[in-house]
Amino acid sequence: MRVTFEVNGREVSADNVWAGESLLYVLRERLGLPGSKNACEQGECGSCTVYLDGVTVCSCMVAAGQAQGRAVRTVEGMAEQGASGEARLSVIQEAFVEAGAVQCGFCTPGLLVQTEDLIARTVGRGRGVPEDAAIREHLSGNLCRCTGYEKIVEAVRTAAERTEEGAR
Amino acid sequence: MQFLSPATLAEALAAKGEQPDAVPIMGGTDVMVELNFDKHRPPALIDLTRIAELREWRVEPGHLRLGAGVPYTEIIDRLRGRAPGLAMAARAVASPQIRNRGSVGGNLGGGSPAGDAHPPLLAADATIELASARGVRRVAAREFYLGPRRTARQDDELITAVLLPEPAGPQQFCKIGTRNAMVIAVASFALALNGRTREVGTGIGSAGPTPLRARAAEEFIAAELDWDEATAPAPTAVRRFGELVAATARPIDDVRGSAEYRKHALSVMARRTLAWAVTDYRKEIATCA
Repeated sequence: MRVTFEVNGREVSADNVWAGESLLYVLRERLGLPGSKNACEQGECGSCTVYLDGVTVCSCMVAAGQAQGRAVRTVEGMAEQGASGEARLSVIQEAFVEAGAVQCGFCTPGLLVQTEDLIARTVGRGRGVPEDAAIREHLSGNLCRCTGYEKIVEAVRTAAERTEEGAR
Repeated sequence: MQFLSPATLAEALAAKGEQPDAVPIMGGTDVMVELNFDKHRPPALIDLTRIAELREWRVEPGHLRLGAGVPYTEIIDRLRGRAPGLAMAARAVASPQIRNRGSVGGNLGGGSPAGDAHPPLLAADATIELASARGVRRVAAREFYLGPRRTARQDDELITAVLLPEPAGPQQFCKIGTRNAMVIAVASFALALNGRTREVGTGIGSAGPTPLRARAAEEFIAAELDWDEATAPAPTAVRRFGELVAATARPIDDVRGSAEYRKHALSVMARRTLAWAVTDYRKEIATCA
């Protein structure tokens, strides 16, 4: 079957999609968007996290046909445009690099998307910088086997603080 | 394999009637795992995400009508007051990403004894609404679970809604696992006090071939409770309640825990939830008086 949906603001189509195929597979193997990672394929690890109609989901557990006509946003859509039109890392991405929250990098795309969602729900709604417990809770579905999470929590806190300062 | 995208419930029911072994998919958190690991290759998937009424809830006389596909996140955010036990259990489901997609209908469709939604449905005496091209029928949650992954749902039926009686007292839920997030319950327990009928409801998860109701424990503690003043029940009565709950369970030894541990955990959870609920009930009485 053919599936057409929006990815990072652009309409895309994939052909010959099998009925049981996941959105993750379509993104990675048919649309050339390998940012979302494929690891557990059972919703345990969160490395395939994307937005589907504004809500974060494990894209390995969305059937491709369920995305028909919907809007998807992936880690590839996070980079911002600089003054002269060049792509530049978002505040969250920058904070992850600075804090050393990226080691092997496999879990990073999923963590970035889920962190963006957390900051939108807290700082973005005037609720302030989230406490560490709230950060850990929101990222509880994203596994990292390198960092021990300390640097990740630090990066999220920094990104949230900078977003709040930027909003003032 | 076909991918069917019905736009209305009538279309979905017609499709399920024509192909009873087609698999309905909502959040995909169970169905996609089966497909990703090639454990199951159904002839067709019926995507239910485009049927608006399955994603809606509304308050009807005497109960909350919860569409089978309302995600756990929405139950946590909006239905804490009207379905407190279920909302607590929803809070214990997997991770934020899974809670954004998973729904009570999926838990009921899968029929796993470990599903977090089952115990609070049993405790609150919820009703399951099943629909097919033949019509609509309602089955009490207490009569829905028949065997391991076997339920009262017929092959041509879809689970359309759950009806939760308006709470008439405190409800509690407790779950044991190796961490707070992303765990399949080792054992879980739900409790509901009904101050109007002076009855107690219970639900046991992950400790038997199906979710279970501890009837003897319910009747025992309902007779013991001080429904007028909500004074703390005697320690012997609390202990007996825990023992009766544990005695109802029919757990097995598996990778998540031993049968013996599960029984012990259930007696502890039963005692704790009872203490929490009685304390809540005392506050409710004080507020009303």
